[in-house]
Amino acid sequence: MRIILNNTPEEFDQEIITVDELLKLKKFTFKMLVIRINGNLVKKDEYNTALVRDKDDVMVLHLVSGG
Amino acid sequence: MTSAEIREKLKNKTVGVAGCGGLGSNCAVALARVGVGTLILTDFDVIAGSNLNRQYYFLSQLGEPKAAALKRVIHQINPSVSVIAYEIKLDPEHILRYFKDCDVIVEAFDQAEEKEMLIETVLSAFPEKPLVVGVGMAGWGMNESIHYRRSGNLHICGDETTEISSEIPPLAPRVGIVANMQANVVLEILLQS
Repeated sequence: MRIILNNTPEEFDQEIITVDELLKLKKFTFKMLVIRINGNLVKKDEYNTALVRDKDDVMVLHLVSGG
Repeated sequence: MTSAEIREKLKNKTVGVAGCGGLGSNCAVALARVGVGTLILTDFDVIAGSNLNRQYYFLSQLGEPKAAALKRVIHQINPSVSVIAYEIKLDPEHILRYFKDCDVIVEAFDQAEEKEMLIETVLSAFPEKPLVVGVGMAGWGMNESIHYRRSGNLHICGDETTEISSEIPPLAPRVGIVANMQANVVLEILLQS
């Protein structure tokens, strides 16, 4: 499948994956995250059920302290 | 647009600023200077000497609550701005109550956990409302790493990487850059609408 991840095109062998699987494949190990799929917020307890499909627009924001 | 036209357009706008530290104090001052009509400020903290390396406060204000102190600073710059200051530690319920009528919300917290709470609350409760967040501005130099990107109503400013620590403290230049980038995004949104 081909998706847009943080405004960049990405290609995966799988046709469909969970958010958890996406984070593992991309080696995103951060704790504090905000994730949206096609503009919809994915809450933490949905990471193992929410699905990423072909043509999805995915945003992963890693929150770091400071301000 | 002339300066007069900009002021006319901004005077009926309301911006909520969550946190009055390095990001919030500098961002709110920039918004006040250009003439945003109403600013809603929230912060639970008081001004400490260690804040003066980046936050828009003065030695004479040490010990004062930040939200009220920032209101006084703003009124010395532009008394026509209406400032509502809340001395509270913002929780989801406060966000819904105090920011519901804002045209734009600025996330200006320090802790990653607080940033996450605010972003999740706003994206869930106000999916149409523009939210401008500051993520990653510790240290010095590395101008090329600071950027802006957008996902729908979520506007992100910062390097998205550098986390504060004892070796990488937050300092005036980079914090000020990101705070003013946030103000610049707010201005763009307000002048488009």
